[in-house]
Amino acid sequence: MGTREAKTVSINLKINGANHNLQIEPRVSLLDALREYIGLTGTKKGCDQGACGACTVLVDGERINSCLAFAVQYQGREITTIEGVANDDQLHALQAAFIESDGFQCGYCTPGQICSAIAMVAEFKQGMPSAVSGGALDWEFTDAEIKERMSGNLCRCGAYVGIVEAIRDTFGKEAAR
Amino acid sequence: MKNFAYARAENVAAAIQSITLNSNAKFLAGGTNLVDLMRENIEQPDQLVDVTALPLSQVEELPGGGVRIGALVKNSHLAANQIIRERYPVLSEAILNGASGQIRNMATTSGNLMQRTRCYYFYDGAARCNKREPGAGCDALEGFNRYHAILGASEHCIATHPSDMCVALAALDATVQVTGRDGERSIPLVDFHRLPEDTPQIDTNLRADELITSVDLPALPAAKNSMYRKVRDRASYAFAIISVAGVLEVEDDTIKNVRLALGGVAHKPWRAFAAEKLLMGAQVNEETFKAAAAAELEPARGYKYNSFKIELAQRAIVTVLKTLTKKEDSK
Repeated sequence: MGTREAKTVSINLKINGANHNLQIEPRVSLLDALREYIGLTGTKKGCDQGACGACTVLVDGERINSCLAFAVQYQGREITTIEGVANDDQLHALQAAFIESDGFQCGYCTPGQICSAIAMVAEFKQGMPSAVSGGALDWEFTDAEIKERMSGNLCRCGAYVGIVEAIRDTFGKEAAR
Repeated sequence: MKNFAYARAENVAAAIQSITLNSNAKFLAGGTNLVDLMRENIEQPDQLVDVTALPLSQVEELPGGGVRIGALVKNSHLAANQIIRERYPVLSEAILNGASGQIRNMATTSGNLMQRTRCYYFYDGAARCNKREPGAGCDALEGFNRYHAILGASEHCIATHPSDMCVALAALDATVQVTGRDGERSIPLVDFHRLPEDTPQIDTNLRADELITSVDLPALPAAKNSMYRKVRDRASYAFAIISVAGVLEVEDDTIKNVRLALGGVAHKPWRAFAAEKLLMGAQVNEETFKAAAAAELEPARGYKYNSFKIELAQRAIVTVLKTLTKKEDSK
């Protein structure tokens, strides 16, 4: 068999409000498209197998693991990365809280933690139950809920206490039921 | 990962045609398992047919009281669905006990059914695995088999099915609606996944030309009192060592209706028919529960690192039945 030409496709991705035209192979993950093709290196590759959450980005406000996503599948969607979370020069309240609460050491999991937490609170407010809520019809924004809902984001530095505190301080009031 | 041709199916017929024309094509929905398998070179399709544009994302009520779950309904959306939470809480709980928030947002109903085992010997290209390579052998038999099967296994394969959702579906008598070259058919969920026997390389009874369109739940009023219990090495985000999906209806201290299914014990979600037979019409008490659990686990066979599952599964069944009894009492 001779060499096969790597077939590429032309796609358009909308990232943080801006359109990006790419010519890529279908096998390129959304994570690699962001980092290697668009130059948005805030989103990190921790495990490349959907086990660590460092690659978490938002698609139409919902959190996903971009390492398990093929870029070609995400045309026409509103994608938000860590670069799009702040408001120009003003940090998102959660970003400020991470600094205040010592929510990171090496910072590698941090973009994924922040994107995940923002979407997690949206899920909570929309009434998404969790394994901790069980069959209950109502539940509070407790630390147990935060930890369960954030279980898809690992931190090898062990900054979990600060991460939970930052999330609790930032969103506790608006998540209160 | 090998490169592949990407195509998006506009309708079910086109999807079926694509898969029929190319035997090395696979359907792509959420990708949470397939992308990983492709990156590991365990799956190497030369074409992916993206089915996410198909109109299969609804949860709708069926005449007669059942529910039709579209093949493309996201796991997270299904878990949050009001009808499911009220009428089949075990299904919502099972889904919420699986994976992570991010994965539940990407994963679909049909993908959850089709996911493959996470046995490390299956994943490790250097290990002997009859599922990857029929006839090569099974390194799990003499290897680290803590997470492997105790029921329905064979000398060719002791892998387990990793899904939580499917355990609940097995307990609820779900049926899988599929469409293929020869038309539509209905496969009971308990017959969808196979036991390894001497063909461990075949996971399901879905034909190569078939697409899952929905998973249907029959009406089951007893399911209002149901729950999912998962035992695992971590508090979250880990596969089951064992799990139990239970449904229980009690009237005058007698079991009027009961469903039980086990996860983490076999190559398929394990419906506990033997236990159910002993429980139906029996008195509600711990002795009855223990006898039923023992009957179900009687044919169990443990390996070096997982024999503890045999006792653990029985205790989990008893705990679930006791908890469901308390819930019935408090009504």
